[in-house]
Amino acid sequence: MSAFAATFSDALALLADFDHAVLEIVALSLRVSGAAVMLGTLLGLPLGACIAVGRFPGKSTLSVLVNGFMGLPSVVVGVVVYLLLSRSGPFGALGMLYSPAAMVVAQTLLVVPLMAAIARQVVEDVWQRYAEELQLMRFSWWDSVTTLLHDCRHSLLVAVLAGLGRAMSEVGAVMIVGGNIDGATRVMTTAIALETSKGDLALAIALGVVLIVIILALNALAFVLRHWAMRRYG
Amino acid sequence: MAIFPLRIRDLRYQPNGREVLAGIDLDLGDEGITLILGPNGAGKSVLLRAICGLVQPSSGRMLWGVEQGARPERGVMMVFQKPMMLRASVLHNVALGLKPFGLPRREREARAWAMLERVGLADRAGDSAPRLSGGEQQRLALARAWLTRPRLLLLDEPTASLDPSASAEVERIVREIRTDGTRILMVTHNLGQAMRLGDDIVFMSAGRVCEHTPTQRFFARPQSEAARLFIQGELPWRMRL
Repeated sequence: MSAFAATFSDALALLADFDHAVLEIVALSLRVSGAAVMLGTLLGLPLGACIAVGRFPGKSTLSVLVNGFMGLPSVVVGVVVYLLLSRSGPFGALGMLYSPAAMVVAQTLLVVPLMAAIARQVVEDVWQRYAEELQLMRFSWWDSVTTLLHDCRHSLLVAVLAGLGRAMSEVGAVMIVGGNIDGATRVMTTAIALETSKGDLALAIALGVVLIVIILALNALAFVLRHWAMRRYG
Repeated sequence: MAIFPLRIRDLRYQPNGREVLAGIDLDLGDEGITLILGPNGAGKSVLLRAICGLVQPSSGRMLWGVEQGARPERGVMMVFQKPMMLRASVLHNVALGLKPFGLPRREREARAWAMLERVGLADRAGDSAPRLSGGEQQRLALARAWLTRPRLLLLDEPTASLDPSASAEVERIVREIRTDGTRILMVTHNLGQAMRLGDDIVFMSAGRVCEHTPTQRFFARPQSEAARLFIQGELPWRMRL
């Protein structure tokens, strides 16, 4: 117990001192996951809404696929992105492997199905109530999608948060495509894994605390926003 | 393309073998307010939905205009009993009606603002639409539909569950829309409202039109037994003729 307390105390000391290594890792994590979630929002939410509103052959199959891909193993995504970006792969010429950009690509592939699946469910519920009036007003398919995305914007925060949680807590894919290079591609999750294996538990715990605090803070912010929106718009 | 006269011939709707519309014959001219009366389950709302194309009839014909053609792309609107209220401002909800017309946003909002003044909601323009009262929501829905200048406006019990003053305000707007040149076909259960608003009455029972007569004659001398019992409040629920 005393060893645990001592490690925890060291971790808090690292945080209190604004340790440069910790700050660097946290900043890169936020940049990579933030970019992935932004791309996920731009791709996943419209994709989910299009599936919800659209009437096309294979709609059910696509829904099942998107739902199934919510649970994609991150190491599998890592291997696929690795193959695509490696020198002999189709995008090898871009020289992206072992860079933050490669990590963004991998995390985006992980969060898009999750965000699309949640968006599809949220938008479909509203579409069932609004479909007839929008059809009568001669709304095009795309106008319906944008109108519903705007109407569901507060509920879709859940999808964005889920994507952020998935991206920030992910380790397998970013380890494979980023390489966990100190000062270049080391993020919180890969650093925690590495430092734990080296026995530097203080740094691992410090990063773990930061990770949890960030996720809790974002959830609290989303909670406040949703309640504000409920009071404002009903 | 012209909308009127609208001729409906032997219109039937039988989802899963259940006869909801059992051969509707109806003619609508190009002006006035027609009220559809009838007991629950008579097929009144389904008829409105069939006219605006939300329900695909099993058989029968709807002949639009002197050309007796198909339903025109634009010109027919419907206001529902529980209209859509997007989680946005009242102004945004009304301006939404013009979105498919390709007008610039500023133009849409200017027209929506003018329409809000006509329905007495200008002072609520910035408020959240879902926060409005039931009567205000109906006025918003009427404004949204009116903004598109429909030739035929279908109203499905717009005053159901509204108090008398809110109903009176909705009735005032319906009259104004009519004066503005829009033909109105409205379902109601309120006999007083039918007397106040209707130029003519369509009485339906069991998926059929039992009679279509001028309002005064309908209430003074109903042609069918079902209508007479309905006016007296004695028509058995879903009476079969």
